[in-house]
Amino acid sequence: MAINVLKPGLSTTVQDLGRPGYYHIGIPTSGGMDTLSLAAANLLVGNDAGAAVLEAVFMGPELEFTQDAMVAVTGADLPPKVDGQDQPGWTAFKVKKGQVLSFGFLKKGARGYIAVSGGIDVPVVLGSRSTYTLGALGGFEGRKLAAGDVLPLGKGALVAEGRSVAEDLRRAPGAPAELRMLPGLYWHRITEQAGRNFFEDTWKVAPEADRIGYRFKAGRPLDFVPRTPPFGAGSDPSNIVDACYPYGSVQVPSGTEPIVLHRDAVSGGGYMMIGTVVSADMDLIGQLQPHTPTKFVKVTMEQALTARADRRKTLEAIAKALA
Amino acid sequence: MTTRYTFGGDEHIFVECSEEMSLDAFFRGMSITNALRDAKIKGVTEICPANASFQVRFNPDIIAPDEMMRQLKALEAVAQSAPSTLNTRIIEVPVYYNDPWTHETGQRFRERHQDPSSTDIEYTARINNLDGIDGFIKAHSGAPWFVSMVGFVAGLPFLYQMVDRDRQIQSPKYLRPRTDTPRLTVGHGGCFACIYSVRGAGGYQMFGITPMPIYDPNQTTTYLRDFMCLFKPGDIVKWKPIGREEYDHTVAEVDAGRWQPRIAPVTFSLEAFAKDIDGTNARVMEALNGH
Repeated sequence: MAINVLKPGLSTTVQDLGRPGYYHIGIPTSGGMDTLSLAAANLLVGNDAGAAVLEAVFMGPELEFTQDAMVAVTGADLPPKVDGQDQPGWTAFKVKKGQVLSFGFLKKGARGYIAVSGGIDVPVVLGSRSTYTLGALGGFEGRKLAAGDVLPLGKGALVAEGRSVAEDLRRAPGAPAELRMLPGLYWHRITEQAGRNFFEDTWKVAPEADRIGYRFKAGRPLDFVPRTPPFGAGSDPSNIVDACYPYGSVQVPSGTEPIVLHRDAVSGGGYMMIGTVVSADMDLIGQLQPHTPTKFVKVTMEQALTARADRRKTLEAIAKALA
Repeated sequence: MTTRYTFGGDEHIFVECSEEMSLDAFFRGMSITNALRDAKIKGVTEICPANASFQVRFNPDIIAPDEMMRQLKALEAVAQSAPSTLNTRIIEVPVYYNDPWTHETGQRFRERHQDPSSTDIEYTARINNLDGIDGFIKAHSGAPWFVSMVGFVAGLPFLYQMVDRDRQIQSPKYLRPRTDTPRLTVGHGGCFACIYSVRGAGGYQMFGITPMPIYDPNQTTTYLRDFMCLFKPGDIVKWKPIGREEYDHTVAEVDAGRWQPRIAPVTFSLEAFAKDIDGTNARVMEALNGH
């Protein structure tokens, strides 16, 4: 009652909706970076929205099934194949005992979510099955998958094949990608002109982009408002007395390359943050490839809450269609 | 000290008690976060104290951001009238200062350091006008330290030296961060000490290493079976200098499941501390001896 990992892909981890409640001791929430896609994959195969799935980055794994199961792949356009036969994305399909699930080349997006009926049944650690690799915690032995791993599966029913998520409910970043951001935190540390430039410029996703955070480059450096460094902060104008970092917060070390922290965030540090990407757009970051042109879009709290409600309605519509 | 409130997106409120680090700012953050925890406000999901600030995460579907902000600001008044005493614990942390492993790592990344011809501990002793390595160890381990924040990575404590500002050890971070730091390195950046809970990148000066694990996700370490992280914000730490022999012995005892850290309950009063730093510290450290 398991899946044999023949090839692990580039960086495939077990993730669910995350592990909130331990950020105050430096353990981040983890969980899927694109949780909307993660939830959709689960609903397609008849799981609870928060069951554990595989998150595959840029490249899919090769998996041998030792039992019949329903599978759905959402998120990135990472074409699934069963014994070499193409299968549709965002659609439930059957994999029989002994068959191998593999993937074609990535066409769009960055992270595919592979849900299997019954869910990936690794032990629950601090309330979640998500992998936090930096702390070697949760998931499959606290790490990304390797060839030879055997993934236990939970008990699931076989739902009908061919259930699918309508195309207009599949959310993906546009071109350029737009990330809505609420200015705040240490926004006052940069000049007004720097603030205008930040939103005007088109940034590009840097190669250093992972579950901890996404770095962006190619925009103009930010100028700081002059100050005398406060005791304990450090001498660089971007330094602050080490503080907590919100999920989605945008820190700009030395004013050059913004970093947006994500689900495996370092929980704090000494760089000023100029705002926070709204909760509704965190999913989109998980689907950005390196070099993707990206704009930060200034929003108000009201707009952030509307975006959050829209995202919730999308998930509700998916759940309703698959109920 | 004016408290500054700001939203971190639609799910966080970030509160800066003071721009600069001080024990007063840390205490104010502790008392507001304690009051917030006690208030059990529906929709609050994370309460994270930091050095001179703190952060609250909430679910805006349960409590509207403006309402969350209003309730948090109301708590500041409650917290201000609370006595600034803290019932906490003191933990003795053995440190093998100037050990061979952090020394080797320091040498590997020497070109990233302010003073490539020196070691981290010699350099920090010099810029703080301390009498060599021995003088440094005396200053570092002579007074207790407050765990003012736990984070960056799992279980990593930031510590603030409980002496007046003139006596605080300060040192810059490496010019460029290292890509490697031994697990359980005792580090220092700005005015903060830290213990690296896991091996990894780091920019703090490296002074020594402790044989005492502080994070164990498998929870096989005897004293981490109840919870995988040892430290909480508000803990007090006393460094105990040890040599190679005791280091090796402690590592073996920890592995054999026979070792327990020395921990004692202690009450700390900010007023008493402000009046008599050294006397208060002596009393706090005495708690380790059962007094």
